[in-house]
Amino acid sequence: MEVTRTRVDDLRVRQLKAQQMLRGELAGKDLEEFVEERLLFTRFETAQNWARKNCLFPLGFGLACCAIEMITVIGSPRNDLARFGAEAIRFTPRQADLLILSGRVSIKMAPIIRRLYDQMLEPKWVISMGACASSAGMFNNYAVVAGADKFLPIDVYVPGCPPRPEALIYGIMKLQDKIMGTPGMGWRERYQAYGTEEKPEGTGVA
Amino acid sequence: MTDFDPTSVPYRERERSVTMEPMREEPVSGTEAIAEGDRHDELLTINIGPHHPATHGVLRLLTTLEGEVVRDVKPIIGYVHTGIEKSCEDQQYWKAITFVERMDYLAYYFNAMAFCMAVEKLLDIEVPPRAQYLRVAHMELNRIASHLFAFATGALDIGAVTMLWWGCRDRDLVLDLFEMSSGQRMHTRYFQVGGVMEDIPPGWEQKTREFCKVMPQRLDQYLDLLDRNEIWMRRTKGTGIISQERALELGVTGPLLRATGHPWDLRKATPYSSYEHFDFDVPVGIHGDNYDRFKVRIEEVRESIKIVEQALDGLPEGPWITDNRKVALPPRHELATSMEALIHHFKLVTEGFRVPPGEAYAAVESPRGELGCFVVADGSAKPARVHVRDPSFVNLQSLPDMARDSLIADFIACVAMLDPILGGVDR
Amino acid sequence: MPDATGLELIAQRVRDKLGDESVTGTVFFRDQATLEVAPAALHDVLAYLRDEDDEPWTSLMSLHGCDYLPDEPRLGVHYQLLSMERTDRLNVKTRLGADDPRLPTVIDLFPTADFQEREVYDMFGVVFEGHPDHRRILMPEDYEGFPQRRDFPMGGEPVLYTFNEGKYPRWYD
Repeated sequence: MEVTRTRVDDLRVRQLKAQQMLRGELAGKDLEEFVEERLLFTRFETAQNWARKNCLFPLGFGLACCAIEMITVIGSPRNDLARFGAEAIRFTPRQADLLILSGRVSIKMAPIIRRLYDQMLEPKWVISMGACASSAGMFNNYAVVAGADKFLPIDVYVPGCPPRPEALIYGIMKLQDKIMGTPGMGWRERYQAYGTEEKPEGTGVA
Repeated sequence: MTDFDPTSVPYRERERSVTMEPMREEPVSGTEAIAEGDRHDELLTINIGPHHPATHGVLRLLTTLEGEVVRDVKPIIGYVHTGIEKSCEDQQYWKAITFVERMDYLAYYFNAMAFCMAVEKLLDIEVPPRAQYLRVAHMELNRIASHLFAFATGALDIGAVTMLWWGCRDRDLVLDLFEMSSGQRMHTRYFQVGGVMEDIPPGWEQKTREFCKVMPQRLDQYLDLLDRNEIWMRRTKGTGIISQERALELGVTGPLLRATGHPWDLRKATPYSSYEHFDFDVPVGIHGDNYDRFKVRIEEVRESIKIVEQALDGLPEGPWITDNRKVALPPRHELATSMEALIHHFKLVTEGFRVPPGEAYAAVESPRGELGCFVVADGSAKPARVHVRDPSFVNLQSLPDMARDSLIADFIACVAMLDPILGGVDR
Repeated sequence: MPDATGLELIAQRVRDKLGDESVTGTVFFRDQATLEVAPAALHDVLAYLRDEDDEPWTSLMSLHGCDYLPDEPRLGVHYQLLSMERTDRLNVKTRLGADDPRLPTVIDLFPTADFQEREVYDMFGVVFEGHPDHRRILMPEDYEGFPQRRDFPMGGEPVLYTFNEGKYPRWYD
């Protein structure tokens, strides 16, 4: 019983202290202690980015098979996006932040996607989900635009055909890191794998 | 009907959203004469889609509205056209399976099955019975998954959002089974020409039986949610009616045709892949409205569960792919001992098997209707023409008939219950 | 499926009704019956098969085209007919040259041919006379060329490897 009583006392003490601070009655060392315990200092951009990354509004936009996996991510209780705060899907681009391009981009659809992207307000991010949106995927032919990065700036590419829901969630987490400004280690840094880069002039095999 | 044809507007002009057109004096047949003061004086032609929450994919519907009533709708498609049929002409037969799978992207096993059946007809090879039963089990599981997704998104469009979570949750159970048998959740390359790619792992049968035990209770939960719900009944009963003769004329097949009362099901009419060994019923509706389509799909899920259980009960022993080494890869342990197996493996992997010249058309009953695959072979290792007769492509032609003179909300319910899959429509 | 003799009987009945030159051949391959028809007689043959034949074929299941490039005549259009009462399928096939491929539309007989004829026009360039809404359906409407023909290039982009990536500038260069 003592334990709960001290906890209740502790809570009560804290409440009284907070009341005193609000009334302006705390001063000197008490005030400094209070501030050190409660307040957190950060830069404005960091706070802003933290708010933005935890509250992404995806645009409800699905093109082809990857859209099924995207709806599974949004709608299935097993892997869902609500745990990241991104469950509020907005169907109008004016209110959305995040365009998840899921599916193959055909030449008829490309100008429409560009229009949707232009209608979104800053700040906005694009995740290219699946192989068909990142490059041509397996459809390297007349009807598919080989990668949406021909007409849109893309932030994160998620490979797979279709990517597993866990892969898409990993992509969204990487986007969140990018929004925070700490884009995360590339694989070369993680595995200390320097020394095998290719020469940029394309000198080739010989 | 209206004289103004929205498609007479030039293509680039039509990319703009709205046109207005003054209406004629006399009221349109089918609606009562409206009093002078209440008359709407314009016909509004707007675009619904291609980016729209309620179209199942990128479907653009050019609707002519008079107030809230839809007078005419023209579906415009082609926004996901990927040239799959042309790409298949450049690939070996077993590689073409992966292309064809991505057409109707919710019913991937059916696409692969139609293609494999057509190629097996051309090659004139027999599929072993174990492979046939495994194919049936996987196809029926895929039918269940596809119908669940249709309920989930269809109910979402009509407004019952809870169904989305439940449908996706149960669909995840089926995808787990697929992942266990083939490694991928969607677009598994499990069906190969001559059988299936590999045998089911131990424990799959057990897990599938557990799923079959759980699923009927889940179906009853869905019915508790929706079936006695007044809002659902008012939205779906009596809306989107199409008559049986009109459906037959338009070539509509699948649950839409069965909802109008015509019991045409390819699994019963021209049984393929040992469907004749199974005992199941074909649910048929009465009126041809949205509610009947919904109920037909629910009952089809029940029948599919029965088929899966029977397939597991009667699963014969034996090889899971044909023994013809010119078509199917030899098992790996033979590669160490037999020179011929090595040569066959090499030829199959590098060049692929050759198919003697001919043409074949094979049809399966997919969750949306008759899915047919037409393959022309010219003797080389690549098909000369692959065409897939997609059920959604043909079913979409019935949308103007269903939607004429109905409210927009009923029209959206029609699209939801029509269940088009745009990957198949556009190929 | 009608067996080989059944197919010959059908061909004979069509010839009796519509003249000898309407049916140019029959093929019976792997239990599938194909009736080859001259393009000029196509509409009449389908009308006969739908209405007046002793074994009517009431549904058109699929209308598709095929390009038989090295063989002349080059373009082929297939009509897959189905009879639900007898669960039977029959394939009716015509061959056209690529210079001016025209065929009568069968929408009045089978309304299901609407989208499917537009697709054959879009992909192969076969003009269906009498179609109420003759536009491209899958490609953008101002597209030039008929993609599914064999001599149309596959398109797409070259795959970049180390040895050839220097030759193709990226879009950001």
